[in-house]
Amino acid sequence: MPDLLLELRSEEIPARMQRKAAEDLKKMVTDGLIDAGLTYEAARAYWTPRRLALDIRGLTARSHDVHEERKGPATKAPEAAIQGFLRSAGLASIEEAHVHSDPKKGDFYVAHIVRPGRAAEEIIADLLPGIIRSFPWPKSMRWGAASGPKGRSYGGVEGRGGDSLRWVRPLQSILCTFGPETGEPVVVDFEVEGVRSGNVTYGHRFHAPQAITVRRFEDYAASLEAAKVIIDADRRKEIILTDAKNLAFANGLDLVEDEGLLEEVSGLVEWPVVLLGEFEEEFLAIPPEVIRLTIRANQKCFVARPQGEAEALANRFLLVSNIEAKDGGREIAHGNGKVVRARLSDAVHFWKTDQADVPDLGQLKASAEKLALDLGKPLDQRMARLDHLGVTFHARLGTQGDRVQRIVRLARGIAPLVGADPELAARAAVLAKADLQTEVVGEFPELQGAMGRKYALLQGEQPSVAAAIEEHYKPQGPSDRVPDDPVSVAVALADKLDTLVGFWAIDEKPTGSKDPYALRRAALGVVRLALSGERKLELSKLFALVFGWQDEARIEKELEDYEAALTAGNSGDVDGEEDFDNAISGYERRIRQEAAAKAGPMIADLLSFFHDRLKVYLKDQGARHDLIDAVITPQADDLLAIVRRVEALGTFLETEDGKNLLAGTRRAANILAAEEKKGTAIAGAVDPSLFREETEKSLFEAVSKAELEAREAIGKEDFSAAMRALSNLRAPVDAFFEHVLVNDEDAAVRANRLALLSRIRAATGEVADFSRIVA
Amino acid sequence: MNAELPPHMHPSRSFQGLILTLHNYWANYGCAVLQPYDMEVGAGTFHPATTLRALGPRAWNAAYVQPSRRPKDGRYGENPNRLQHYYQYQVILKPSPPDLQELYLGSLAAIGIDPLLHDIRFVEDDWESPTLGAWGLGWECWCDGMEVSQFTYFQQVCGIECAPVAGELTYGLERLAMYVQGVDNVYDLNFNGREGEEKVSYGDVFLQAEQEYSRYNFEHADTAILHQHFIDAEKECIALLAAGAVRPDGQPHRMVLPAYDQCIKASHVFNLLDARGVISVTERQSYILRVRNLAKACGEAFLQTEAGGFQSAREAA
Repeated sequence: MPDLLLELRSEEIPARMQRKAAEDLKKMVTDGLIDAGLTYEAARAYWTPRRLALDIRGLTARSHDVHEERKGPATKAPEAAIQGFLRSAGLASIEEAHVHSDPKKGDFYVAHIVRPGRAAEEIIADLLPGIIRSFPWPKSMRWGAASGPKGRSYGGVEGRGGDSLRWVRPLQSILCTFGPETGEPVVVDFEVEGVRSGNVTYGHRFHAPQAITVRRFEDYAASLEAAKVIIDADRRKEIILTDAKNLAFANGLDLVEDEGLLEEVSGLVEWPVVLLGEFEEEFLAIPPEVIRLTIRANQKCFVARPQGEAEALANRFLLVSNIEAKDGGREIAHGNGKVVRARLSDAVHFWKTDQADVPDLGQLKASAEKLALDLGKPLDQRMARLDHLGVTFHARLGTQGDRVQRIVRLARGIAPLVGADPELAARAAVLAKADLQTEVVGEFPELQGAMGRKYALLQGEQPSVAAAIEEHYKPQGPSDRVPDDPVSVAVALADKLDTLVGFWAIDEKPTGSKDPYALRRAALGVVRLALSGERKLELSKLFALVFGWQDEARIEKELEDYEAALTAGNSGDVDGEEDFDNAISGYERRIRQEAAAKAGPMIADLLSFFHDRLKVYLKDQGARHDLIDAVITPQADDLLAIVRRVEALGTFLETEDGKNLLAGTRRAANILAAEEKKGTAIAGAVDPSLFREETEKSLFEAVSKAELEAREAIGKEDFSAAMRALSNLRAPVDAFFEHVLVNDEDAAVRANRLALLSRIRAATGEVADFSRIVA
Repeated sequence: MNAELPPHMHPSRSFQGLILTLHNYWANYGCAVLQPYDMEVGAGTFHPATTLRALGPRAWNAAYVQPSRRPKDGRYGENPNRLQHYYQYQVILKPSPPDLQELYLGSLAAIGIDPLLHDIRFVEDDWESPTLGAWGLGWECWCDGMEVSQFTYFQQVCGIECAPVAGELTYGLERLAMYVQGVDNVYDLNFNGREGEEKVSYGDVFLQAEQEYSRYNFEHADTAILHQHFIDAEKECIALLAAGAVRPDGQPHRMVLPAYDQCIKASHVFNLLDARGVISVTERQSYILRVRNLAKACGEAFLQTEAGGFQSAREAA
């Protein structure tokens, strides 16, 4: 069966768009062919910076004829209806129609329409211009004479105005051949805005710019390779990686691998040639990450380590050029080295600047006092500057300075709960955001935290303070490492809780897929911090605390504004002044009341958000969804306790006692539900004098005991003991259902028995809502 | 062509030789070789020969050197790579010819860059000028990892769709010269291609200026006066556009170019204020918007002129 080869050659396509574009092309073309009634055996997309190519194998040569019967009007129908039928069915005269009979309706016309199959070439030629015109580039452009207005021509090319073709960069040629495995393929002829399809492509821009005539994929790929173009991006990646590793190895180095960079670089070359460049050893004084990012971001080069080193870099880098240079690449390596050197000089400058005094040191006193910073130290200065400049965290949540002040307070408060020294936690918290004011982080935002840690160590901070500056951003997702140093934990919790409460208070919660402030991640972080270290945190209290602090700032600000507004309108007489004070205190009372009213629902809502995060997390960990629901109550704010309870409940339900008790409790609940629905009287409390059977009595005793014991055990957070207490219920419950008929004729006895059943529900309810457990 | 040049004119020896070579190359192609615009601008794009001529339907090919001022980039002459005043070589071809990349590579060859010895690359870089309300798609052109030019297909200028699209090439002349002359410090560039006592270096010409202007840009520019200049330029621009507006008799707009000068002025004053550090982050946005509004109004008015493709009622009839 025949094969199709397509190549769309253009000026350089951005590296980041190539892979997806090639896949889009494959999908659009194969979908289009199938819709048109063709089938194919295999399809593969290829790409380089200058071309997208598609190799489709085993395409059917033509589509099948399609037979269709179209019902027409009755043979007795008026002439107009018959004419309409002829037109719509495409028949020349009514003789071409068949007459079918129907016992009820009589004779009517039917057109037998045959849509003949079409040659694949024709289908392809029809399909491709539309695909090219509607191709989903993330960003596309117009160019050249065709982009001129309609009615104007430039050098013989007509302007096409708004209809002109859009492509990622100017489209230069289209190659499209189709033909059987043996035998001569043909050019599928079509045209898109002056570019006519053909069987010609061109090789490497500099090495082999001459035209190459192509027949099918095999000779296409081979001729291009001979013309120094490797069309398979994955092969280019492999070549780059292997050559880079080998070149590094031969020079006593280990390549620092970087998949993202490899992907990008493979999209910048058609003929990769790896070369080794060099920079001065003195640059190695800056942190390896800064060197790596500088060289990567600006020069798209790889770095290397001396063999066997885990952290330290070598003063070499690996670059990927696009030519086999006449001098073996000496000039290219030299030129790249010069640029790398200039960039590293900038990086050194940033690194040194960050360790020197800030220029506006004299203006930072107030901020230093506010945050208890030591202006003799560089990182303290940067934090003072962050505060001094009034950099906003969020328009409605105040400045970074205010935020850090709150985090410090909170970290100090949380520290004892997680076993951290409050002073160290406060110190780490006050420096946690300071590196946002450093030059290096300004240049490479992804180094926030990591740079703070380095600068902190350089100014002699405690190692756990320095570590906390980096680790307080953690964990960043479900698989990121959870810090274990208590100081890091305290600051990490404080930072996340402040953020969450803040955004909740201004009602900027995540909705659907939108979570611009990564609040889900922050909440998950709190969940993981609490669980991984088995830390008991009473979230509601913490929320209320943070909310109170944030609100205090808000209220102060509002009062100031109100006072200013009043002053502006005040005449200045004595009476006025009195009114003025009254007005302010009245206003203050009102806004404080409003704030207090808001706190409760806000905290409840945030807590339920945490419950959702916890459920998602536990489900991912393989916990039973129904058990989590059974255990969580709207007020449950100790995540660790919830998890332990789920575990204990799960274990209990695995036992015979557990299974039977669950069944018994369910039975009790079902009976109660049915009777409640019927409106049967249920006694408010159990009256032992109405017991008729021994089993009633023993159940009552067991229930009272179990309920008490379970409650006590839960109070002590001894969930296994709570389960043990419940397990004592199993026998009496079983016996009760075996020997006692709840529906006694005596209404009082019946009401009393129902009350007893509700006590079973109440007792088990001390541990979990059994009705939510799925068998 | 290089072989015929006397040594002191060769781009690898002489900064002015580099400029003259590019002039020759683009003159041969058919460009109008213009002189720099006589106002302070931040980039060659601001020259009306680019900003305004990129608009409207008329074909236009021009090349020129444009001294460009970026007050913030001043380093008192102490940084070997950064200048507050430097030269851009600007080429604008409208509509963009189909072989624009080859033409560009030809110009590199003319100044002595051999593409089989040096690694020339087109790396994605979409260009945008918020103050001009302009954007385009294109590349940074790399030579051995160094960005030596910017290559852009204008899609929009002054907020107006370009029809036809112009191709713009901007060469960073000092960088290119440092590359072909093989020097690491811009002030060491040989300016006139002579040696010994006859040699004039880039530093001889510009070092003192860099020092003086850095002082002015960062320390002494009077921000109150500058602020007033900004307001005046903005007012004047709007007034001139109103005064020259198309009249009921269908005559074209009569005063776009003087108005556009005021837009350029406002833009440069903004850059000076920015360098003085007196513009806050939020204010910055509003200044940019004000300049953009002027640029848009000028662009729209330009379409009402003959160069912008406007046909008066009488002509059209």
